[in-house]
Order: sequence, then C-alpha cells, then structure tokens
Amino acid sequence: MTTRRQFLKVSAAVGGGLLVGFRFGAPESAMAADGTSGASGASGVFEPNAWIEMHPDGRTMLTISGSEMGQGAMTVIPMMIAEELDLPWGEFDTRFAPADEAYANPALGSQVTGGSATVRGFYTKLREVGAATREMLMQAAANRWDVPLTDLRTEPGVVVHTATGRQVEYKDLVADAAQLEPPEEVFTKDRKDFRIIGKPTKRLDTPQKVTGQADFGIDARPDGLLQASIERCPVFGGKLKSVDADEARKADGVEDVIELEHGVAVLARDWWSADQARGKLSIEWDEGDLADLDDEAIDAQFQERIKKDARSARTEGRGADALGSDENTHSATYRVPYLAHTTMEPMNATASVTDDGVTLWVPTQAPGSVQQVAAEVAGVDKEKVTVHTTFLGGGFGRRFETDFVREAVELSKRAGRPVKVIYSRPDDVRHDFYRPAAYNELSATLGDDGLPVTWVHRIASPSIWSRVAPGMVKDGIDPAAIEGAADHPYQIENIAVSYAQVDPGIPVGFWRSVGHSHNAYIVESFLDELARRADVDPVEYRLQLLEGDSRHVGVLKRAAEMADWGGEVPEGRARGVALAKSFGSYCAQVAEVSIEDGKPRVHKVWCALDCGIAVNPAGVERQVHSSIAYGLTAALFGKITIKNGRVQEQNFNDYQAVSIDQMPEVEVGIVDSGQPPGGVGEPGLPPLAPAVVNALASLTGKPIRRLPIELGDEA
Amino acid sequence: MATLTINGRSVTLEVADNMPLLWAIRDYIGLTGTKFGCGAGLCGACTVHVDGEATRSCITPVASADGKEVTTIEGLSSAGDHPVQLAWVAEDAPQCGYCQSGQIMQAAALLADTPDPSDEDIDRAMKGNLCRCGTYNQIRAAIKHASRANMAGNDGQGIDKEVSA
Repeated sequence: MTTRRQFLKVSAAVGGGLLVGFRFGAPESAMAADGTSGASGASGVFEPNAWIEMHPDGRTMLTISGSEMGQGAMTVIPMMIAEELDLPWGEFDTRFAPADEAYANPALGSQVTGGSATVRGFYTKLREVGAATREMLMQAAANRWDVPLTDLRTEPGVVVHTATGRQVEYKDLVADAAQLEPPEEVFTKDRKDFRIIGKPTKRLDTPQKVTGQADFGIDARPDGLLQASIERCPVFGGKLKSVDADEARKADGVEDVIELEHGVAVLARDWWSADQARGKLSIEWDEGDLADLDDEAIDAQFQERIKKDARSARTEGRGADALGSDENTHSATYRVPYLAHTTMEPMNATASVTDDGVTLWVPTQAPGSVQQVAAEVAGVDKEKVTVHTTFLGGGFGRRFETDFVREAVELSKRAGRPVKVIYSRPDDVRHDFYRPAAYNELSATLGDDGLPVTWVHRIASPSIWSRVAPGMVKDGIDPAAIEGAADHPYQIENIAVSYAQVDPGIPVGFWRSVGHSHNAYIVESFLDELARRADVDPVEYRLQLLEGDSRHVGVLKRAAEMADWGGEVPEGRARGVALAKSFGSYCAQVAEVSIEDGKPRVHKVWCALDCGIAVNPAGVERQVHSSIAYGLTAALFGKITIKNGRVQEQNFNDYQAVSIDQMPEVEVGIVDSGQPPGGVGEPGLPPLAPAVVNALASLTGKPIRRLPIELGDEA
Repeated sequence: MATLTINGRSVTLEVADNMPLLWAIRDYIGLTGTKFGCGAGLCGACTVHVDGEATRSCITPVASADGKEVTTIEGLSSAGDHPVQLAWVAEDAPQCGYCQSGQIMQAAALLADTPDPSDEDIDRAMKGNLCRCGTYNQIRAAIKHASRANMAGNDGQGIDKEVSA
C-alpha cells in the first residue's frame, strides 16, 4: 500500500459525468489556484487530458497513454487503472491519447512509447488515478448514505456498505463524485488483493485485428486525400539538383509533382499511380560527401578511431594496464552491422494543413514530437496541431522518428489538400535510422582458475543520442552505445571499457533493445570463448563470476533448470546460454541449435525473465516470443550493406525476416522477484543472439565473431 | 477496367488494368483491412482469396481478377466468426496486427484444402506470410485450434470447447 499526495484534476462532463485527469509536474499551489480541481470543473467543458471518463449511463472511457504497437499497451494500461478503480474488466471503451504533455511517461519525461517503459513508467501513476477515482465514488456514496467512508468497500462496479450490504452502482455516483475534491491521499492495493494485475489477460484489440477493422496510419482516408510516393536521394545527405517531371505529370492519375530539398514527391489520387509515375521522373542529384562511402571505408574509420579516440566508460582496479601479455590473454574482434527496422507497416503519415491548423493521422511512438515537427513545418502554434495516433503496424524504435511526418505536412501545405505519404518497402529499407554498426576489440587475461582477472573492451560505433538529445552524451560517451557492455554484472578485478564515437554519416536510431542488441551478443559470446578456453561449463563459469543471490543468478539458474542444462541433448544438436539485464529486467536464455545444410537452425529457446511484477503475464510471454523472433532475424539475416553511400538491400528478399518454419519453440519462465515492474518489450532480445552463437560454437568449435551468423566465417 | 465480385458484391473498377488488386481494393473500393507490406509478393500482408485461392493482391493485376470472386478479410465472415477468426481470438494471436489479415486469409485457404494440417503443411502454406512481431507460435496454435473446431462440427461449437478447456 502506498500513500501519496496527488496532482489530480477532477471535473464534470456534459450530462453529469466524471472526468479525472492528472496534472503532471504541476505544483500544488498552482493546482489550488487555477480553479481546475473540485467543483469548479462543473462548467461541463470537456477535459481533453482526462484519463478516466465515467458517465451516468454507465459508459466508461479510459485513455491509452502509450502507443499500441503490438506490445499490448491498449490492454495493460486499462489493467492498471481497472485494478485500483475496481472496474469490471472489459466494461469500458478506450481511446488513444492526443498529443499532450499530460500523458508523458513518468519514466521518460515525455510522451513517447519506448524503452520498454509503458508499465514501468505508468505503474504507480495509473494505479493512483484509479484508486483516487474509486475513493471519490466511495465518498459520494458515503455522503449520500451519511456513513463514514471506512464503512464502505467496493466490488467491481459497485460501492458496498459493508454492514448492511447496501449497494450502489458507480454510474449512479459519478455526477456526485464530479463535484468532490480529489482525495489528499491515495491508498493503492496490496499485491495480494490484486484481481486483475498478475492474471494472464487477453488483448482487447484482437477482435478488430482479426476482422480488418483496426485502423493503422496507412488506412487514414480524409476527404480530398492525395497520396504521395517520394523519390529521395539514394545517397545519405544528398540533395535534389534538378528534375524533369514532364513525363510523370502526364501519367494517369497524377495530380501534382512537388520538389523537396531531399527528393521529389509525386501526388495522385491513389498511391500506386503516384508510385508508378515516380518511375518516370528524370532526376539529377547532388549526392554530397558520402557518394563513395562503403562498408570497408566505415570499418576502416572504426579501426582508426578506436585507436585514437576511445574514452573510458568504466574502469575497475588497474583497468587495461593489468592486461597480461602472456599466453593467458585471450583476444578477439567482434563486429555487428547496421540494421533496418522493417516494421510490417511501412513508414507513413497523413497530414491535412488548412488555415485553421494541422490535423495528422500517424502511427507514431512520439505524438509530442509529431505535434512539434508539424507545427514547425506548417508555421503554426503547437496548439493548432491535432495528432490522431493510430494503431502502429510495428514500431521497434523506427516510429520515434518524424521524417515521414515532416514530408506529409510540407506536401499538404504546398498541395493545399490532405496528403498521405507512404514509403514503398525499398524506401523503408533504404531511408531508415539504422541500428548502429559496431566494431569491438576485446581482451581478457585469465587467472590460474581460468576465470578472467582482467577484462578490456573497446567499442567503436556511431552515436544515437548525439543526434536525438546531445545532452545525453557526456565526456564523449553515448550511454546507448555502451549499455550492456560497461555495466555487465561479472565480478572481475580489472575492467576497462571504452568507447570511440564514430560518425560515418549513416543515420542511426533506436532499434529494439538499442545498445543491448549488440553489446549482449559481444560480451556474452566473448565470455563463452573464455569459458571454453578454461574448459568450464558456461553456466558454471557465469555463476562463479556473479554475486551469489543476485537477480542475474536467479534467471540464469531458472533458465538452466527449465532446459535441463547438462542433461541429454538430441544427436547433432547443442545448447548455448546467455544472460543480460536491460530496461530494468533480467533475462537468461538457453538455445538449442543444429546445423542443417550448412545453416544454423534454432529448435528451441528456454527463456527465464525477471521483470518484477508481471502485470499481464500473457503479454509478457508474447513479448518474449516477439523479442526472440526479432533478435533471431537479426542474428541470422540482418545486414545493411553500404556501397557508394547507398543502402544495397531493398525488400524482404535481400533483407530477410524469420518465417514461421524458422521460428523456434519458445518456453517462457517468469521469475517472480516481487520487485516493481521492469521492462518487457525489449529484455527478451539481447540474450538471443549470444545463446544461439554460443550453441553453434560448441557444435563447430569456432567462435562466431560477427553478425549475421555465417558458419565457416572464422574457419 | 475490371468487373469483379468482392465479398459478394459486384464492383466495376475503372482503373488501369495493371493496377494491383491491392490498391484497387484499398484506394477505390475503400476496404483497408488488406495491407500493403512489400509490393512484391514477399511478405503476404496483402493476401486475399481469388476464387477461393490465397492470392498476393499486391502483384495481381486487377484485370486478371476480372469476372472472379474476391474475398478480403472483411468478407471472410459476416460477424468475425469464421472458425479461423475465432481461433485467432481464442489463442490471442495478433500483436501489432498488421500482418494478421493476410495470415488469416492464408490460413483459411490452407484449412479449406487441408482440414487437418501437419506442422509441415502449416510451414509450407504459411512461410510466405511474415510477421515481425513474432506471433508464429500463436498462429500455429490457432491453425490447429481452428482445425480441431472444424472437425468437431463446422459451427464454432468445437472452438467454445477449446476455449473453456
């Protein structure tokens, strides 16, 4: 049970309903002074940033403050509110939040969905708003019956007078409750009293997703819509020099051709006609400085900078000075490539710019950024920009970006009509903000017991935060580049982890599990190299390096137990293990693999996850499956190739994704540490690649030091 | 121009003969449940039935559907109660949901041909339908679920039994 002072905002809805919202960050005095709390809200004006709307006819509307991109926000957010409000499960409608600071995720400080933070960030706030609302309903009943509040309790949807059993439904209390002051203190339930949180709960959006009714961004169709296909300069940073659009303009269905700084947009009534006509453009590009860039040149930059510019991210003991030069030192170089996101729904945005402002329909992880960017491009105040966040056909970090929003707003403004920009799949693959490539040099000196005494890890890679929020980069260290590497949990006397920021010019961005996506692979694979060299079982090796009762140990032991580690393994198969903490959760995986026709095949993955309180265990399990599929795609296939400053891959034929026949069986064990919720959308990803490569290495005897996996690479 | 039956309704489309069926369905008929994923028949998000066959609408010229019967996700059942849809709900299969129209249309065609598919049958029929959220294990379970329900009597009763089991 927690007790907190609230910054609640209560007002009455038209028809006598109750609206409960939060004022994040508002000082209490301002709350009291601005007249928005208590009965003053009885003006009947709709409160746009309400979290909960309850009406006398029994309708309840809950606001979904996170984007629904498959991770289950639309289900888990109501679970947290309904638990404390004692709302009958499922007896409510939902809406996606508009762009409004009020819906900022407390863990992130802004209205974005990512960092595996929806449950982590909102767990306390949403339960508090639910609990406060419940308490106001109870107070309304107490006033009506003239009994003390303490004589009342709730059951789903009703307030009950405990002594007499007298009941009143919430809907009959909402008008009275809307006239009350919000409670000074809020009491949330003890975990043992939860009836919704912790129960495997089915998604609320499934019925509309199996009938084609769910509206994604790409489905937006405002009146008068034009659809745009844009030819962008294929070289990063390049610009339009000139275009001959005569043929394109004459093509069937084309209504306009608009020159942009970085490309040319063809607009037509339907997208296909625009895309076809785009092929008729004759363009000359100013390709800029990167027209000769290729993978070899990028790798050379990494190697040069790692020697000159590596800065310390962590030093323990004597650091790199302790590195032995004798035969007890083991060294390796690891590389990972740039990766595209390839959400199933290609990037798109729909904008309508009029004299009154801007209306947008966008599948976005960052409605606030969308609003900001649209205001800038359209030259209007933010308040004049309305953002409709739709369902997202996958996010994975790509939909933090607003490049497609900028384009849609500019085109609508110039065309004078609503415009939907849709990326073709090749556009989507070739104009992404990629998971950074990384070059890593590792060395470890082993003691007589075979365990490392000294661990040295140098990382060269591009920086995401330098573009997104430069203030996050301190002393040249981008926290996203070193996460999972500088903070690994192994107790080693001398540790030196360093980072050299390199910017070859390829745009980089957040990609599911960010730095952990490569650092866990590198740390956990190199650690397995050491274990093999020491001839110690890799689970045992890790246990010897971990603190005895840590959550790391908890998940490692659980995964080993689930897989019957050390037991019989089918002929021709081998197992590998890996461990990683990310986004507040601890995850260990065991992968069972074989080699079929010279290619890796992953048969099964056992995954133990300690994500604290699992609010929706069914959702947690699905997110583990999802992370494994996404991580396996990267491990087996993921590689963006740069040549002449251009991305060479373009579609699912050359930028493959794991298909159903390649999906391993997955067994998930949720380790209940009773801790507050950790992240769930990403922590299942980092251990996957190393578990798989460690298993393959025990089959072949050779480490796999670059992704995607190529067997024989190190032969 | 093409005249075809879509979800039981006759429609004449005055569009270029080579316009992919996908875009005719989405942008002219206005049914948006069928999704654009790759434009090259590589991901299966656009799968519809043409005369009962699972077909990639993004690489099917509208003229080739002239005179044929096209079924989209919106027409698979009148109330979202096709056995495959019910099985998808029972197994809580979708995540982001974007690929699921195509997955369901592909699975419905598989079960129409092969009422009791093996794992290999499922792999063969479904491997062209990509899902970046990784719902494959739930899709496999849902197909088996729908298969059992169909065998128990094609009225959804079997599914109810499965749900309560």
